[in-house]
Amino acid sequence: MRFDDEPVGVPLRRLLPLALLLLALPLLGGCNLVLLAPSGDIAMQQRNLLIASTALMMIIIVPVMALTVYFAWRYRAANREAEAEYDPEWSHSLPLEVVIWTAPLLIIIALGAMTWLSTHLLDPFRPLDRIDAQTRIPEGTRPLEVQVVALDWKWLFLYPEQGIAVVNELAAPVDRPISFKLTSSTVMNSFYIPALAGQIYAMAGMETQLHAVINKPGSFKGFSANYSGAGFSQMHFNFHGLDRDGFEAWVAKAKGGQRLDRAAFAELEKPSEAVPVRYFGSVEGGLYQAILNLCAAEGRMCMHEMMMIDAKGGAGLDSHANRDRLRYDRVRDEAGHGAPTVPASGQPARSDAPPTGTNDQDSGRGGPAPPQVQDR
Amino acid sequence: MSEHVKAAATAAEPVDFYVRDEHEHQESSTTLGFWIYLMSDCLIFAVLFATYGVLGRSYAAGPSGADLFDLTLVAVNTAMLLLSSITFGFAMLAMDRNDTRTTQIWLAVTGLFGLAFLGIELYEFSHLIHQGATPQRSAFLSAFFALVGTHGLHVAFGILWLVTLMAQVHQRGLIAANRRRLMCLSMFWHFLDVVWIGVFTFVYLMGVLP
Amino acid sequence: MFSGHSLQQILFGRLTLEAIPYHDPILVVTFIGVAIGGLVVLGAITWLGAWGYLWREWFTSIDHKKIGIMYMILGIVMLLRGFADALLMRAQQSVAFGANEGFLPPHHYDQIFTAHGVIMIFFVAMPLVTGFMNYVVPLQIGARDVSFPFLNNFSFWMTASGAILVMMSLFVGEFARTGWLAYPPLSGPAYSPGVGVDYYLWALQIAGVGTTLSGINLVATIVKMRAPGMTMMKIPVFTWTALCTNVLIVATFPVLAATLALLTLDRYVGTNFFSNDLGGNAMMYVNLIWIWGHPEVYILILPAFGIFSEVVSTFSGKRLFGYTSMVYATVCITILSYLVWLHHFFTMGSGASVNSFFGITTMIISIPTGAKIFNWLFTMYRGRIRFELPMMWTIAFMLTFVIGGMTGVLLAVPPADFILHNSLFLVAHFHNVIIGGVVFGMFAGIAYWFPKAFGFKLDPFWGKCSFWFWVIGFYFAFMPLYVLGLMGVTRRLNRFEDPSLQIWFLLAAFGAILIALGIACFLIQIVVSIRDRERLRDTTGDPWGGRTLEWSTSSPPPNYNFAFTPVIHDHDAWYDMKRRGYERPLTGFRPIHMPHNTWAGIVLAGLAMVCGFALIWYIWWLAALSFAAIIATTIAHTFNYDRDYHIPAEEVVRAEEERTRLLGRA
Repeated sequence: MRFDDEPVGVPLRRLLPLALLLLALPLLGGCNLVLLAPSGDIAMQQRNLLIASTALMMIIIVPVMALTVYFAWRYRAANREAEAEYDPEWSHSLPLEVVIWTAPLLIIIALGAMTWLSTHLLDPFRPLDRIDAQTRIPEGTRPLEVQVVALDWKWLFLYPEQGIAVVNELAAPVDRPISFKLTSSTVMNSFYIPALAGQIYAMAGMETQLHAVINKPGSFKGFSANYSGAGFSQMHFNFHGLDRDGFEAWVAKAKGGQRLDRAAFAELEKPSEAVPVRYFGSVEGGLYQAILNLCAAEGRMCMHEMMMIDAKGGAGLDSHANRDRLRYDRVRDEAGHGAPTVPASGQPARSDAPPTGTNDQDSGRGGPAPPQVQDR
Repeated sequence: MSEHVKAAATAAEPVDFYVRDEHEHQESSTTLGFWIYLMSDCLIFAVLFATYGVLGRSYAAGPSGADLFDLTLVAVNTAMLLLSSITFGFAMLAMDRNDTRTTQIWLAVTGLFGLAFLGIELYEFSHLIHQGATPQRSAFLSAFFALVGTHGLHVAFGILWLVTLMAQVHQRGLIAANRRRLMCLSMFWHFLDVVWIGVFTFVYLMGVLP
Repeated sequence: MFSGHSLQQILFGRLTLEAIPYHDPILVVTFIGVAIGGLVVLGAITWLGAWGYLWREWFTSIDHKKIGIMYMILGIVMLLRGFADALLMRAQQSVAFGANEGFLPPHHYDQIFTAHGVIMIFFVAMPLVTGFMNYVVPLQIGARDVSFPFLNNFSFWMTASGAILVMMSLFVGEFARTGWLAYPPLSGPAYSPGVGVDYYLWALQIAGVGTTLSGINLVATIVKMRAPGMTMMKIPVFTWTALCTNVLIVATFPVLAATLALLTLDRYVGTNFFSNDLGGNAMMYVNLIWIWGHPEVYILILPAFGIFSEVVSTFSGKRLFGYTSMVYATVCITILSYLVWLHHFFTMGSGASVNSFFGITTMIISIPTGAKIFNWLFTMYRGRIRFELPMMWTIAFMLTFVIGGMTGVLLAVPPADFILHNSLFLVAHFHNVIIGGVVFGMFAGIAYWFPKAFGFKLDPFWGKCSFWFWVIGFYFAFMPLYVLGLMGVTRRLNRFEDPSLQIWFLLAAFGAILIALGIACFLIQIVVSIRDRERLRDTTGDPWGGRTLEWSTSSPPPNYNFAFTPVIHDHDAWYDMKRRGYERPLTGFRPIHMPHNTWAGIVLAGLAMVCGFALIWYIWWLAALSFAAIIATTIAHTFNYDRDYHIPAEEVVRAEEERTRLLGRA
């Protein structure tokens, strides 16, 4: 094209935002861009995809931005040089049209192929086949299973293999595949440890899965990435990547905690904010399945029972008793907060209570403090 | 060849840039507008049908369609609505003949069939509720009452509209505006009929038959 | 709670004095400010004796131009409210670190981010977009009004009623604490028992009726009322985008209405559509709401694309490059926008094949969008670009929007979305496309069509101030959010632990202040322009060297728009007329057939608002009464057959002679 040989003049003021961004770059060095430097293999692959896609799109974005600035400058009305080129009728060019449709098309074909492959490869439901880019999973490795329950507003992690349960703290041995199974007891949350792997929703009465592995020891932030109500902002926890001995020690520490049975769970399930770490040394059998099926509380019918009955065509006309056994959500109503506004519910407009608890992992040592329960 | 070249070629000829003697063009966009409205209404039903499709088997360990639906009653009900569509057709034929009296009679008959339909539907609802099959009982019943109830609500408003239009035809006769309105109501009425056929098939027949 | 107060409960439902947030200093101060401001405005109107004028000439007007202007005013007023929310959020997030809880407790902060989203989309962007379409489309197609002028008035007042309900929630009760799409089960009766979600539901339902009807109206207008000669491929690009947008409105807003109605049933009747119990399915709500929600963003951006197309061609003094491919690109985007909704929740755990399908369809949309960008680019090529305000906004758009487009495609790659979903990166992305696309487009459009609507240009100095504050402010406010997103910070948090994040939030807050200055400059620009209107006067009706029909008539146009219906030979009709020596007709005027003003729209919408308010507070008698009144008023209105009149030929002659005089002076 003929504008290639022109010297590129760039109006300074249009570059101002870009210049400011460049100025901000040194600041970037000082902060922790965890998404760009993760510690788990899945997150690392996701990061690589992020960078590859960005690079691919730059092929078209950079020329467009450059041409925009160049054309705006070159063809400004005040520019006498370009006056001769002015052609008010010029509005069609088949070759150009072909280029402007095929160039993005080609990039999207490449990106689409990448998307198809990577989406299948990095499907959170798919068991891992490697520990990192160099290491395949040794024969006979069993992944560490962790059952994750999003509660209002804290996380409960159950380790069926170890027989322990932990509130707001998660640990896993380095380089051992982890298989998360996730659900929620009430509203939707999203389970996310940026250093480990991408997020996945946790929803009541449903189970999602996430497979991941942590490759570096350390302590990483985890949190809910989907707004879930008043205590959402403090619904975070620490995830520890530990070596084999460290993990065993951590499990042993948890073993010292109380037993998590249905009664304890009912207490734990009540809405609470900023909940400190708490360990449970043993877990009642089948508790996770009961939570998943929304029947951990006394007298509830489990979802899977209901679904089995429904698959057979329902329970007929004489089944009124089933209704109350299936009212999971209404449990909250009985706690007595049906008021139309927050002030009318008797809760002060602003909490005077000091923030309760931190996620300091030591706070749970030796007979953990019960989480402070606030009325919602 | 691009358009401007063509335009330049014809520039020498005299071109009209405005309509010199405008005669009142009464061509109205009402029919098109009403069609678009019907299609948007159709989308509301589409959402309700989709919802029923998702939740239609979630009986919550309670009664199913096979336990609840009385096909004979629903068949009678369907007949009422289909007949009302036919009688509305007769009303429109009479309107075409400019026969105000016959139009009014057929409209009244249509309205009565509509009322009969609503009456039977309300009886069915009350019977269901009496049996404990309330909209609160299960997701299936929620979806059922929402879909069938929305249709019934449409029929109720259709009847209200019909009565209003009969008053207006009585007042002013079959003037152009009233003809247009009758045309719209007739489309509305037939549309509800079509939706009901969907309801009858997907909800009742497929709900009762295994 | 109300036991023993049965009479009070019957009269006022759950509305009690407790619902007035007099214990919250922020709200009290706001209320005092709004009350004083409101009293001043109302007092001024009364003092000027302008009520009758406003009622006759504006509130009951069915003139598409006046309704368009009222939409714009509504949008700008609501922008101030929505932006105040943004400032509060920025302030909270830049101080609430570690032990500092900030000044907004969760129950207040959560209302603010919900209200910000709802207001900005439904009551700022939608009214502005609808306002432009109302004002410009009939003028561009050579029509005298829209197909259904009464419906148009009614639609506007329904939108306004929804906006008033949202504003009311500030001082009576509370707004939803759920996020702008109110996902159940959080928004269900068990987890949000208060009035907040009910305000949300009824405000959107009422405004949604208005939007749907206005969509039907404009589709019918564009299809049926084009001037002779205007074939589909001679429709101006803005009108094309308006057509596609309104098709999208008609095809998606009913879905929103039905979805919200189901949630309303869950809350009011106790049904189980989206509950956890008794077989409900909350995922269905998320699917349904995004089936509306994704096309909604194209509803907003397409008219902005149309505005940029008009502006770029006018100010480059050239035909739009690739008109045909522009039209096809618009239609492609319209169709594809239905096939992408699932990309808003890849993280829900759909299978890999489903996720990749929706990821790839999303990317495909970027092809026609890219083609559009190139078309604007090559419209500038070999042009004579005048850097007036609308053109400046367009250049800023082109540079900003491609960044937002790129991050959008990134988010469409499911595995990348797993790490970016719900993060501040996402927040930065959609502000990048909505501010960089829609808002810049609205400002370009305001600067471009203001002289058409009022007969004088906007003051360029304050306009440029506003432009630079907005553009620089945007980069300061949202580039840090991209960085924070990459640091793994999620959205809707009201406090943070990690002090190293604070600097970025401070930068973003600084950007928000710059944008605030941009908005202030915009308001000053309007005031200054009104003061200096004689200096800025345009007597030609064509101040920019326009190319489409709206510039062929006077500024402001007479209420009949065109004394004679134009005949079209080219998609740049006015350019074509000017080029081929069009002579304005000076004789032969005839009476013009026009619709009457009507009170029915504002009254019906007012009743709908009362009904909504009564339903929110469980005041059942009032709800029933106002609903019956709506039905009665509607029926009464249909008995009025006297809906139009003729503007006498003498009046047309008088108006046209005045224009001749003005043109002679210019």
